Amino acid sequence: MSEKKGFTPEKTTLLFINNDSEPLFSKKNRALLTDPMDDNNPITVQVLGICSALAITVQLKPAIVMSLSVMAVMGASNVIISLLRNLIPNRIRIIVQLVVVAAMVILVDQILRAYAYDVSKELSIFIGLIITNCIVMGRLEAFALGNGVWKSFLDGIGNAAGYGFILIVVAFFRELLGSGKLFGFQVIPDFIYDMGYVNNGLMLLSPMALITVGIYIWIQRSRNRKLIEKN
Amino acid sequence: MMNRDSNAYTFLFATIMVLVVASTLAFTASSLKDLQADNVRKEKMQNILSTIGIQTDREQAEVLYKKYITNTLALNHLGGVDDSVDAFTLKLNYELKKPASEQRFPMYKAEVENTKFYIIPLRGSGLWDAIWGYIALKADINTIQGAVFDHKGETAGLGAEITQQWFQDRFTDEKVFDTSGKLVGIYVSKTNNDPKDTDKDDHEVDAISGATITGDGVTDMIMERLNHYIPYFEKEKNATALLN
Repeated sequence: MSEKKGFTPEKTTLLFINNDSEPLFSKKNRALLTDPMDDNNPITVQVLGICSALAITVQLKPAIVMSLSVMAVMGASNVIISLLRNLIPNRIRIIVQLVVVAAMVILVDQILRAYAYDVSKELSIFIGLIITNCIVMGRLEAFALGNGVWKSFLDGIGNAAGYGFILIVVAFFRELLGSGKLFGFQVIPDFIYDMGYVNNGLMLLSPMALITVGIYIWIQRSRNRKLIEKN
Repeated sequence: MMNRDSNAYTFLFATIMVLVVASTLAFTASSLKDLQADNVRKEKMQNILSTIGIQTDREQAEVLYKKYITNTLALNHLGGVDDSVDAFTLKLNYELKKPASEQRFPMYKAEVENTKFYIIPLRGSGLWDAIWGYIALKADINTIQGAVFDHKGETAGLGAEITQQWFQDRFTDEKVFDTSGKLVGIYVSKTNNDPKDTDKDDHEVDAISGATITGDGVTDMIMERLNHYIPYFEKEKNATALLN
């Protein structure tokens, strides 16, 4: 907003995207994408969305599809809320956010059922549970309601990517150590099993997802010291 | 512009939002309906085929189904065949709510390399919601060739394990009638002392730990559904006996 009163020339905008006269991938905008990958990761730093991180990380494939679905939902709902941010009545804003997220999730679910039936069966109720993923509502409330469309879109994609990255890392180790496979293909050769190696069945159960996330946080904080809380 | 905090504006916004969202979702759901229904239909064929040991992907299912499933019958409670009903589209959950004389039960007859199989759809209740499946009997109408189970919302890792191959494989070669010809079904047992299921004459399979209620649901649905087919089985056995 301009402080001075007077005539300000009308700016041309493309779909409301570049009206903050900033390059599309300025340093600030790139940070919206990269921050959630490490410094501000929704799972390991903000500790949001843990429930689904435990539930669908037994195998890589559903973890990837879940990440992409969350990305689609977050990108789309952040854009919609940001477009409507000056129209949404303040008193029902949480309801509006919920409706938008729920609608997006149902759309994703319907599309998966039509075009990726096996995956939709595998994810079953977890697709519906994207609605309750704290990251989605959290970003709408904290970012999209107060920022422009393009920034909100980047923020949605960035946070979903940060979420998905952790999901994929955890799923990689759980599938590898739990069932000796990756993407459903056996990667640990038979002769290792013949030598007495056994898959760790505990890796397939939810507690080990939590422990894997914990180990990730440990490694992350030992590399990135500014994340360590000071008492 | 209206005051964003007024009641009128809030109501107006909510009304428009609901209309837009509802019509978008309704439009998507109805335009994708055919594709979704086709997936469900092919999956059903895939499940039916897998009970007789034919594993296939969804694309191939229709072709193989036509090849191996020789006859689809809608049976009434007396074991007679009702030709006016398309057995493939019968929905067990609707049929079970009808009076006994109006119920029609689907029976799929298959033939693989001159061996006959009888495939019977199952439906029952698990812990949270419906469970269903198919069970294939060999030509002796007693020994199980294979079974598949599926569920709507059983607990992942516990009740949901009924969809796993290792659980379904336990049913193979078990017998549903005892030596006197009485239907006993298959008991999903926690105490059968036979974790490898080597004893195929005990009418029991080993249960899944932590899935007692889902397992009981499987036991019940096999018993209840097979019970409806007894009149037809009698006829079928007599016919075979006459031929010999």
